[in-house]
Parts: sequence; structure tokens; C-alpha cells
Amino acid sequence: MLMLLKSGISLRRFHLIIREIYFTGVLSLIIIVVSGLFVGMVLGLQGYETLQKYGSESAVGTLVALSLVRELGPVVAALLFASRAGSAITAEIGLMKATEQLAAMEMMAVDPIARVVAPRFWAGVISMPFLAAMFSAVGIFGGYLVTVVLIGVDEGSFWSQMQNAVDFRYDIVNGVIKTCVFGVAVTAIAVFEGYDAPPTAEGVSGATTRTVVTSSLAILGLDFVLTAFMFRGMS
Amino acid sequence: MTSETLVEINDLNFSYDKRAILKGINMTMPRGKVIAIMGGSGCGKTTLLRLIGGSVAPSSGYVKVAGQVVHELSRDELFQMRRKMSMLFQFGALFTDLSVFDNVAFQMREHTNLPEAVIRDLVLMKLHAVGLRGAHKLMPAELSGGMARRVALARSIALDPLLIMYDEPFTGLDPISLSVIGNLIRRLTDALGMTSIVVTHDVQESLKIVDYVYFISEGVIAAHGTPAEVRDSVAPFVHQFVHGEEDGPVPFHYPANSYASDLRLGGRFA
Repeated sequence: MLMLLKSGISLRRFHLIIREIYFTGVLSLIIIVVSGLFVGMVLGLQGYETLQKYGSESAVGTLVALSLVRELGPVVAALLFASRAGSAITAEIGLMKATEQLAAMEMMAVDPIARVVAPRFWAGVISMPFLAAMFSAVGIFGGYLVTVVLIGVDEGSFWSQMQNAVDFRYDIVNGVIKTCVFGVAVTAIAVFEGYDAPPTAEGVSGATTRTVVTSSLAILGLDFVLTAFMFRGMS
Repeated sequence: MTSETLVEINDLNFSYDKRAILKGINMTMPRGKVIAIMGGSGCGKTTLLRLIGGSVAPSSGYVKVAGQVVHELSRDELFQMRRKMSMLFQFGALFTDLSVFDNVAFQMREHTNLPEAVIRDLVLMKLHAVGLRGAHKLMPAELSGGMARRVALARSIALDPLLIMYDEPFTGLDPISLSVIGNLIRRLTDALGMTSIVVTHDVQESLKIVDYVYFISEGVIAAHGTPAEVRDSVAPFVHQFVHGEEDGPVPFHYPANSYASDLRLGGRFA
């Protein structure tokens, strides 16, 4: 809450947020893209393996896309984001506290929450949906590579069935809402743990661990709650 | 309080978890002087700086800086006051993600609307004053301990403050860096007409540069005076501290049972 109240300064000076988007978002791209590709390839393989028993292998595109857009994209991307960027945010803020950089900032009449914490929070919130979208897109490409290019599933069926099955409002928008919620949860936990960390080596390492564990549990718990509200009773 | 007094501390008490850290401290710090606050580890010296800077509030009594009672200020008023003061932390506390130049420019960019060209010149002048103009492109990780302390000093004078507080500025420095930092504190204080409060253990170096010394022991002012008075003092605590004697009013042994009883000698050798 305090962070939202003090976000004015960082929102007025957007370059602070842009800089943090580079560190939390852009530098997370490699792990997101590589993981998305492999997850999509595995989904393609497993989906084909199961669907071919029922003669429905052409529906593999639908399976890959819905799995990624509704669940795996937001959840796995958020888990990776928590491990890669959330832990880095906590460690950085915690170390700034341990080395008295935050105290020095306060003594210079600069509010560390407005200058250090808020830009990282908003950068995480902004980056998360884009990372999840990238994860899903690359995952679908991975599924395409394995099923169409390697196994030989009909390309037209793969894409047309996917297009017919994926609904923009229910699947994509709900997926984006999930990623926004996960983004808020992960970065709020990360900046809080960093700011609250005892100013010692053990304190910072403990806070970093707590960020990853708490964020992961929060993502999975929130995913269940959101899924229950979003997709309940849908055919 | 005279008009020349910048910091006035009156009957200041501070407790932490019901443990009294400072008890009835009275001090007067004039403008343009270098004041040293000395005492053993954990005697409350750094706490006193935090009280002057408004990071913590006293249990009773007050600290006045430039006529304002620090703990009665709102957060906005406190931040306004902090623009007139500065603090040099023990290990510099430089922002590790910013270059030397950007560290010194930090406050100028945060608190003024000066054009970048003016900020550039001002930063180079501040760095020149501490002899590190040539190091403005380096990152903090590339600096030695003494250089980092000098950059922090340049950063602390960025907005020409009225008051600078130094928390253990000599810790961990080699003799050359130690002498350089000591001389810089004296020269900058004289040149800028500000007041410097130096919290330190380093008796010999600080006595060369300060105008007045306060010794704190067990939360109270045990002694105070000019460097000459301190050197000649026969007060047991001051004598022990200034000459680094192992035993005296500050005992070598932590309070304990008798040695013989702890070794279970049954009083035979007690």
C-alpha cells in the first residue's frame, strides 16, 4: 500500500522503471524463451502420443495452445520469473540495506521506497504479462516444430483447429489477467522480503529463499483460485 | 544557544528495548568546527549520530539542528532539513549500481533542476576536491577502501551542507589513506564553513584535526575538551583511551565469577 502511495515519483520519472524492466524483464527473456520452447515441445510429444490412440492427432495444436495460454504459460513463466528476477530483486534490495545504501539514501532526503522499491515493483508488474505471452508463443512454436515438422501432423489441421478452439475473451484475456495477478504477487513479495531482510549475509540469503518459496506457493494457490472463478462451468 | 551554534543537544536520553544507551547527554557544536565523539564500541556514538540525523527519536530531551528540534519535525520537514546535512557512512555506502560520477551527481539530480552541463562541472569540482576527478568513470567495485571513502566524501559535500556527520571514517584504512581522509575533513570543513561531527576510535589521527572532543562511556559524557586538554588529561578513562592502555576504568575482563571458582578449585588458590 505504502509502495502504491509512493509510486508517484517513479511514475513521473519513467526512465527508472524502464531501467528495471531491462534488468527484470529483458534479461529474463532467455530463460523464458528456452523453457517455453521445451515445454511446448514436450506438450506436443505427449499430446500426440495420447491423441493418436483416439485418431485425434490433428487436435494436438488445440491441446498445446490451450494448455499454454490458460495454464502453463502464466504459471511456469511466473515460477521462472520468481526464481530468476524475484530472487534478484530481493537480493539486490537486501544487499543495498546491508551495505547501508538505503540508509544513505534516507539521509540524503531521498525516499528509498519511491526511488528503489517502487520502480522495481512496477517493472515486475509490467514485465510479467509480456514474458508469459512470449513463453506461450514460443511454446506453441515448439509444439508446432515437434508435431508438424518432425512427426508430420497436417499443418492446416494444426493451426485451424487451434484457431477454432482458442477463444480470445475466455482463454487469452483470462490468461493475461492471471499473469498480471502473478506479476503483482511475485514482485510485491520480492520487494517486501528485500526491504524487510535483516542486514546480514544470512538475512539476505534467507530473504531470497523466502521470496522463491513464498512466490511459488502464492502462484500455485492463486492459480487454483483464479481458474476456479474464470473457467468454472465452461465447456 | 548562541547564533553560532549549529547543533545543540540537551539532556538527551535514548533507550533501546528498555536498555539505556544514552543518559543525559548535553553537547553544543558550533558552526565551522570539527567535533570528535569518541568512546568504546557499543557506547552509543553511532546512535547519537542517528539521533542528530533524525533516524531515531530520543526517549527524552532533544537535538536541535539549526534551531529546529529534530524529533518534532514531520517527515517532509525532516527531509527538508536533511538537505542541509550529510552523513559519511563507515564504508562509504556508495550506490554500487552507479558510477563514481553518478554517485556524486545523485543528490543534485534528485533535489535540483540544474542542467546536466552544470551538474557535470559541479561533480568534477567535488571530485577534484578529494583528488579523484580522474576516477569519475570508475564503478564503486573498482575503488580501494580509501578511494571509496573519498568518493563518499565528495558525494556528501555535493549540495554544500551545513553539517556533515562521519561514522568511523578511519576504519580499515592504510596510514596514507587515513591521513588523506583526516586532512580532507579538516580542509573541507574550513573551506565550506560547515560543521563536522566525527565519530571515531582513532585517537591519534582525530586529535590532529579536531577542535573539540567528547568522550562517551556507558552512555554518559565521561570527559570533554580541546585536543591539548585531552592529551594532558589525568582523568583515568581519558588517559586509558588516549594511550590505549589494556586495563583501567574499562576493564580487560568481562565481569565474571572469580577465576578460581570458575575453574572449580574450591577456593584453594583464590
